[in-house]
Amino acid sequence: MSFLSYLISGISLGSVYAIIALGYTMVYGIAKMLNFAHGDVIMVGGFVTFTCVSGMGLPPVVAVLLAVIVCTALGMVIEGVAYRPLRNAASPLAVLITAIGVSYLLQNLALLIYGANTKSFTSVIKVPALKLAGGALVITGETLVTICSGILIMICLTLFIKKTKTGQAMLAVSEDKGAAQLMGINVNRTISITFAIGSALAAIAGVLLCSAYPSLTPYTGAMPGIKAFVAAVFGGIGSIPGAFIGGIFLGILEIFGKAYISSQMADAIVFAVLIVVLVVKPTGILGKNIQEKV
Amino acid sequence: MALLEVKDIQVYYGMIQALKGVSFEVNEGEVIALIGANGAGKTTTLHTVTGLLRSKSGQIMFDGQDITKIPPHKIVTMGMAHVPEGRRVFSNMTVLQNLKMGAFTRTDKDEIEDTIQKVYKRFPRLEERQGQTAGTLSGGEQQMLAMGRALMSKPRIILMDEPSMGLSPIFVNEIFDIIKEVSESGTTVLLVEQNAKKALSIADRAYVLETGKIILDGDADDLLNDESVQKAYLGE
Repeated sequence: MSFLSYLISGISLGSVYAIIALGYTMVYGIAKMLNFAHGDVIMVGGFVTFTCVSGMGLPPVVAVLLAVIVCTALGMVIEGVAYRPLRNAASPLAVLITAIGVSYLLQNLALLIYGANTKSFTSVIKVPALKLAGGALVITGETLVTICSGILIMICLTLFIKKTKTGQAMLAVSEDKGAAQLMGINVNRTISITFAIGSALAAIAGVLLCSAYPSLTPYTGAMPGIKAFVAAVFGGIGSIPGAFIGGIFLGILEIFGKAYISSQMADAIVFAVLIVVLVVKPTGILGKNIQEKV
Repeated sequence: MALLEVKDIQVYYGMIQALKGVSFEVNEGEVIALIGANGAGKTTTLHTVTGLLRSKSGQIMFDGQDITKIPPHKIVTMGMAHVPEGRRVFSNMTVLQNLKMGAFTRTDKDEIEDTIQKVYKRFPRLEERQGQTAGTLSGGEQQMLAMGRALMSKPRIILMDEPSMGLSPIFVNEIFDIIKEVSESGTTVLLVEQNAKKALSIADRAYVLETGKIILDGDADDLLNDESVQKAYLGE
């Protein structure tokens, strides 16, 4: 029974990674940049929810909604102010370095406002735990909500890209910005929307993460951010189903590593597996490897 | 009034001036060829007209409207389509998806299917391969797809950049036949070509571009018989 319980925790943690990884992978696929500040948007989402619930006593639903709105706006502002002016810079490293700068900026702003002490986050999820097999297997409300959110987000995102004009524009921009412009697609707007969606997902991930692991510091987003990045690369960066599968896999791997091998070694195991996967299949599990005809 | 009027555009790549005051005009219904050697500024000219590059001075008028500072995605909506050099089809999408991308700005959903059928009629090969990924098409087929995709926006003018580049002689002839057909069906054509002979044979008028300047212009037939043009561009 403990195996099953570990597996479920793994899927739950993996769902959080998947939601973050979706943002990473979409931004990479469409804007061709690694947004290393993505993890810190998670932290912002966490702090906004924390302030609303613990500070202002707002109902959790309102708090989550506000967190999503704030992060969406934040994502668009970051893109417009910090990344867009560098989009045509001579070196792609310029925007990468800027992203690292934005990451530190967000962490230090949070440090300035909230201090370095760990805040205890009150879970916003009020779903009762599910008791199975006569109480031998307990699935917490947080776990249930997290897994369902992951699946729901994945479905919505896939439909959005397949069925809407903006989704189609995203596909076109991800393949060829110049050609997309010639089709009448507003590339700046499309990239801005991509950041908005990615950041909204980061806010949701922040709320889910903090509800399951109820502590919050200005560095809360950093490690999950890196791991979600690993998940995105693992699944094939730029691929949406890849990010999802990568996230789930990483979550399970981490929990199993902690449970069966060593809780200190879990992260090392996760990264070691990444290295092995990349050696064997450099494009990731679902990465595109299409030979283009000239 | 000309449909497209380009007045004294100057374009720089950093410190290097690529266009040193280019002016020309395209009247409704014409086929205009822009010929010249590699590096003369032909592609730069087209990119500036569609807004992908910005001119430091001068003016571009399309259908009486100043489009010099309008972003490319809006220019498409105004009825200008651009078939870029190297085709630039969306290689991970199918032929049909590529065509639908071409109709991105259109709001008349019901009539898009109609346009697709018209494109298929002009390019039967695209219909045969409509479910195939564009990246797996041959160069000639990709060129047809790029042209079909541009026609999907129902443009008033179509700009074509080196449509014959890298194609086998059979495909080259086919592509030029199609350009003629497109023109006969009422779309104005601005054609950039290194294959000057072919371009002049279907054009009404032509401009000769050399190191960022127009050095000669006139009726295509006259230019075909012009000694300096023959020497420099027709290899005779």
